[in-house]
Amino acid sequence: MKHIISVLVENKFGTLNRVATMFSARGFNLASISIGETEYPEISRMTIVTFADDQIINQVIKQLNRLVDTIKVTDLTKQPHVERELLLMTLKLSKTQQHEIFELINVFKGKVVDIKQKSITIEVIGSPDKINTTIDIFKPYGIKELARSGAVAIHRGE
Amino acid sequence: MHSSSQTLNGSEIFFECLRRENVEYIFGYPGGSLLKVYETLYDIKDIKHILVRHEQGATHMAEGYARATGKPGVVLVTSGPGATNTVTGIANAYMDSSPMVVFTGQVPSSLIGNDAFQEADIVGITRSITKHNFLVKDVKELAITIRKAFFLATNGRPGPVLIDMPKDILNASCAFHWPETVEIRGFKPTITCHINQVEKAAHKIAKAKRPLLYVGGGVISAEASEELRAFAIQQNIPVTMTLQGLGAFPGNHPLSMGMLGMHGTYWSNQAVNACDVLIAVGARFDDRVTGKIETFAPDAYIIHNDIDPTNVDKNIMVDLPIVGDAKDFLATLLKETPKTVENRDSWLADIQSWRKQCPLTYNKEDGALRTEFVIDEVSRQTEGNAVVVTDVGQHQMWTSQYYTFRNPRSIITSGGLGTMGFGLPAAIGAAFGISDRPVVLFCGDGGIMMNIQELVTAVHYKTPIKIFLINNSFLGMVRQWQELFHKEKYSFTDLAESNPDFVKVAEAFNCKALLADTPESAKAAIKEALAYNEGPVLVDFRVMKKDMVFPMVPAGGSISDMLLARLNPKTMV
Repeated sequence: MKHIISVLVENKFGTLNRVATMFSARGFNLASISIGETEYPEISRMTIVTFADDQIINQVIKQLNRLVDTIKVTDLTKQPHVERELLLMTLKLSKTQQHEIFELINVFKGKVVDIKQKSITIEVIGSPDKINTTIDIFKPYGIKELARSGAVAIHRGE
Repeated sequence: MHSSSQTLNGSEIFFECLRRENVEYIFGYPGGSLLKVYETLYDIKDIKHILVRHEQGATHMAEGYARATGKPGVVLVTSGPGATNTVTGIANAYMDSSPMVVFTGQVPSSLIGNDAFQEADIVGITRSITKHNFLVKDVKELAITIRKAFFLATNGRPGPVLIDMPKDILNASCAFHWPETVEIRGFKPTITCHINQVEKAAHKIAKAKRPLLYVGGGVISAEASEELRAFAIQQNIPVTMTLQGLGAFPGNHPLSMGMLGMHGTYWSNQAVNACDVLIAVGARFDDRVTGKIETFAPDAYIIHNDIDPTNVDKNIMVDLPIVGDAKDFLATLLKETPKTVENRDSWLADIQSWRKQCPLTYNKEDGALRTEFVIDEVSRQTEGNAVVVTDVGQHQMWTSQYYTFRNPRSIITSGGLGTMGFGLPAAIGAAFGISDRPVVLFCGDGGIMMNIQELVTAVHYKTPIKIFLINNSFLGMVRQWQELFHKEKYSFTDLAESNPDFVKVAEAFNCKALLADTPESAKAAIKEALAYNEGPVLVDFRVMKKDMVFPMVPAGGSISDMLLARLNPKTMV
C-alpha cells in the first residue's frame, strides 16, 4: 500500500543522503522523495512516498526515527492531508493539434510557461494520480521532455 | 587541563575534549593529515596512545577495550587509506553495538572534493555503518561535535560514531569552550519501559508453565546481569543466551542453558521449541538464533524488550513489545511479578532430560588433541574467570559451548559481522582495559593471519594476552559447510601447504611461543601460558583437522532439522 511520510530533518549537508542510504541499505521501496526548507531555516521537510505493507512501514518509520538528523516522522496516509505534485512537460506543437492541446491544458487546469514555434512547455499541479493521468492523456501528442517534482504533502489545518 | 575560554588550536582542543571524556587510551596510527595532532600528542602524558600496525587493528582494539570495560573505545587514524582501513572495524562495532569514537584526519577543507592526495569521503563511506558521523567544518564546532559523538556512542543502543577532521581545522585556533550538557533533538532513546507493558509481561510470566528467558548482549551493555540473575532465580526461569549474551547469567548455575541457535545446545533449542512464554531481553532475533522464522518458538507468547525500537518486529512479530533499557526492564519486572511462583518442576525436568539426551560431548578416548579439550581445559584452569576473546569460526562456536562463562563482559567476539581477524587486536585492546583477570584469545590459523601484524603491538606494549591458536590447518567452519552441504568440495579451505610455522612466526615477533599436539602437552602449555605475564604468549595447538561443530541447525532450518553428529563416519580422520 502507498504511504506518504512527512519527515522533519535537520537542514544539514548529507541528511538527504542519510535517508536515501537507509532506504537502499534496508531494501525499502522509495517511490519519490522531495525536500525543502521549512519556516525554520535550520529544519527541512522531506516528503517520502513509499509502497509497503504494515510490517515494513513500521520498520520504515522506526528506521527513519533512528537517524540522528530526523526530528519528527509522520505517516500522513491515514490522516487528513493535502498532497500535490508539480509536472513540467514540453510537448511537440503542430498547427493541426494546437487547438486540442490548449483545450486539454484547460481541462487539467494547467498553465503555459513557455511557447516556441514547435514546442510548448506547460505546468500542471495536482495529486500524483492526476499527474499520471495528465501524462497519459498528453502522450499521443508527443512528449519531448517531462520533469516531476515528486509529491509534497502536509497535514490539513484544524 | 586547560581552562574554559582559553585560546587553543584544533589539536589542543581535540586532546582537551578527550581528557574531559575521561579517555585513557587512544588506538592510533599517524599520517599526513594528523601531523599537528601527533605534534601535540608528543608532550601529552595523561592520555596513552597505543601505536598499532594497521588501522583495522586499531578499531578492533578499541572495540575489545570497549567490550571489556564498558567505556567507549577511541581510534585515531589519518585520512584516505588510514580512514578506509577502519571500515571493517567500524562495521563490526555497529553490528555488535559497541561504543566507539573514530577520529579520522581529512585533507584540508579547501581540497575536499578535489581528489586530493590521501582523500577519501569517509563520512559518505561510513554512513550506513555508524550510528552517526560528522565532518567538522569549523574549529569552533570541534568541541561540541566531540561531546555529541561520545554522547551518541554511549547512550541508547551503543555504537560507533565517526568524526572527520580536516587538517586546517586542526591547525586553526579559537576560544575553547566545553559544553557541559548536550542536547540532540533527533536523539531521544527510550530508557524507561512503559509500566503498563511491563505489568502485562509480569502477568503473563506469573501464569507461564514453561517460560524461557532468551537474553543477548543488551543485558551486558546495560549492566543488567544482577537484575537478570535475581529475576531468573526468583521466578525459577531457565536462561538461554545468545553468543553476545554469554556471561550475562552465570554458566555454572543450574538455570543456565548455554547458548541457543545454530550451534546452541540441544536443550536450549528444544526449550525454545516448547516454551509457552519467551522473554527476549536485549536480543534481536538474529537469523543465527531463529533459523526458520515460521517454526521459531511456535507455541510461545513472545515478550521482547530492546532499547532499539527497530529491533522490535523486525525479524519476528512479537506479542508484547517493550522498548527500553534492559536494566530498567528487569528491575521493574522483578518488582511487578508476584513472588509466588508457578510450579515449574516438570518444565525443568523436561529440560534436564533433553540435557541428558544430547549432552555436549567429544571423543576423549583416542588420544587426539581436540579444540573442545583445549577450551574445556582453559575454562577449568581459569575457573571460568578469564576475559575470553575469540576470532570467527569453529573455535568460536566451541568456545560458546565449552567455556563456562561466569561473569558478564567475559566474551568478546565478532557476532554480527563475523569478522575474521577480529580476535588478536580485540584481545590486545581488552588487555589494556582489564588487569585483574587473564585475557585469553582463541583464534584459528586462518583468522590470525588476517591481523598478525598486531602481534608487534602486543609484544611492544608487553600485553600479557594468551594467544591460544587453534590450528587445524583448515578454514574449519567453511570446510564444515563444504562437507555437509557442498558435496565435499573443499574449495580453497585447506591451508596445510601454505600455513607458516606459527611458533617461528611468533618468535620472529619476539613473542614467547609454545607448541602442543597432545592433550597432555596442551594441558601443560595452557598452564605455562597462564602463568606467563611478561608479555604475550602464543600456543600453537595442532588439533584434529576435520572435526565439526555439533549440534548444528542448518541455515534457515528448524529445530527438527538439527544435526547432532556427522552423518557419514567414513570422512572422519
